[in-house]
Amino acid sequence: MTEYFDPKTQGGATSKSRRNFLKTVGASGVAAASTPLWAQATQARAAETPEGDPAKASAPAPGMSRIQLNVNGVERTVDVAPQMVLLDVVRNELGLTGTKKGCDQGQCGACTVLVNGQAINSCLSLAISRQTDEITTIEGLERGGELHPVQQAFWEHDAFQCGYCTSGQIMSAVAVLNDDRIGQSDAAVREAMSGNICRCGAYKNILAAVQDARKAMKGGG
Amino acid sequence: MQSFELIRPESVKDAIGAQSERSAFIGGGTTLVDLMKLGVMQPDHVVDTNRLGLDEIEALDDGRLKIGARVSNSRLAIDARVERDYPVLSQALLSGASTGLRNMATTAGNVMQRTRCPYFRDPAKPCNKREPGTGCSAMDGINRNHAVLGTSEHCIATHPSDMCVAMAAIGATVVVEGRKGTREIPFEDFHLLPGDHPEREHDLRSDELITHVVLDAPLEGAVSTYLKLRDRASYEFALASCAAIVTLEGTKVTAARIALGGVATKPWRAVDAEAALVGEEATAKMFEQVALLAFQRAMPLEHNAFKVELGQQAIARALRDAVQQASQGEHQ
Repeated sequence: MTEYFDPKTQGGATSKSRRNFLKTVGASGVAAASTPLWAQATQARAAETPEGDPAKASAPAPGMSRIQLNVNGVERTVDVAPQMVLLDVVRNELGLTGTKKGCDQGQCGACTVLVNGQAINSCLSLAISRQTDEITTIEGLERGGELHPVQQAFWEHDAFQCGYCTSGQIMSAVAVLNDDRIGQSDAAVREAMSGNICRCGAYKNILAAVQDARKAMKGGG
Repeated sequence: MQSFELIRPESVKDAIGAQSERSAFIGGGTTLVDLMKLGVMQPDHVVDTNRLGLDEIEALDDGRLKIGARVSNSRLAIDARVERDYPVLSQALLSGASTGLRNMATTAGNVMQRTRCPYFRDPAKPCNKREPGTGCSAMDGINRNHAVLGTSEHCIATHPSDMCVAMAAIGATVVVEGRKGTREIPFEDFHLLPGDHPEREHDLRSDELITHVVLDAPLEGAVSTYLKLRDRASYEFALASCAAIVTLEGTKVTAARIALGGVATKPWRAVDAEAALVGEEATAKMFEQVALLAFQRAMPLEHNAFKVELGQQAIARALRDAVQQASQGEHQ
């Protein structure tokens, strides 16, 4: 059984508790009956610690602003510096590490997230400017443990090798398939997704996955 | 990235009031955030334009189209009036960057886009544009991507925009607002040649903000096309590009607008080629002849001489493609 990160039930993570999260997931795989003491202790800390939830703490540190970000349908309170980009806030402050940092300068697309349904490069977007927006990351695509049709199609088509660009590819693909103005031909999909570079060169399978997901989404999937 | 104070005004007046010599406006951030990360731009204050409105596209009574500074490149490209009256602009926009970047990038931000010269982008290298007086690394460096038109001994960096090339061909006005009021700058005068001061890239004072770009009324019955030639088929800057707009009477050219990208230090109007084409027969041979005129004063360097021929071919082919639409009855 695979667990998918659900910010609705596993929110409040910080960069520190991301490690806790990984440990927790690792521990759950060991099975509850034989959960070692260290893992039990880790799980307890992850559940109880208020760290990462600035709403419970005092005023923001000097130079930081306390903002609300709507990420995957959940309002999150986070303290950010003016120069912090959405990519770093999502990964390091909210613990949503599915969004990847590739080039960090808008040349690779690994950091693609959806803002109000549109794909953007989160590495070039100041987090403070996104307070009124609806942000969706790769973690926000699944519903009740069911993969989004695009995720499922990437899985079935083996549409990756190293996997580093994959979350960005999937987010772009979701935006492409939700945009009626983008043509349905292979060429139109390639053009619309040309901002997502795959160093492994898995483009053939990525394209096949996107076109397959199109059918699944039309079929009400 | 060096820290800065972020100011988020809610009116144009406050935005202008917040502006200083050491500040920068931010729109989509696709140029500024990138260059701040690289340490190329280091403003003390960043003034966020995202709460200023300025996101409307408005048809004016005189036939012109007024575009708000914050209209995204994606939205402008698919606006029905742009697609109908200025398809060359729509094509140029869609040929630039990627879907994600176009969703972020704004109209004014694209006008203010900085060069992609790798020496400009590397603070460890001398660059007259970044640090006046330090010299030009590209002049004797890897200058394959650099300009052959409008260069000076101090700078050969190309202007990277596709959108601006289409706007140069269409004709436009940049509307700016400053502490002393509003000003209208003809598009062809907005970007400056490097000359002795490559650090001065545009005719915008330190307190001024671009609020709109107004496109000239479309030429009646014109046909047009944007052709972009580059190292890969998508998501790449132009080695040479051409926006061509032509009107015809029978087989004769009655008006021509030719603008070039990827080969010049600013969005480049090929006025000699245009003048030579008007009144002539719209033939492939004639297009090739006028294309030569556009590069008469080209100053190629060690690695970019190919751009002279590539640019000439871009003009000839763009004109041919545009006129072909006319013969097929596909106006605009």
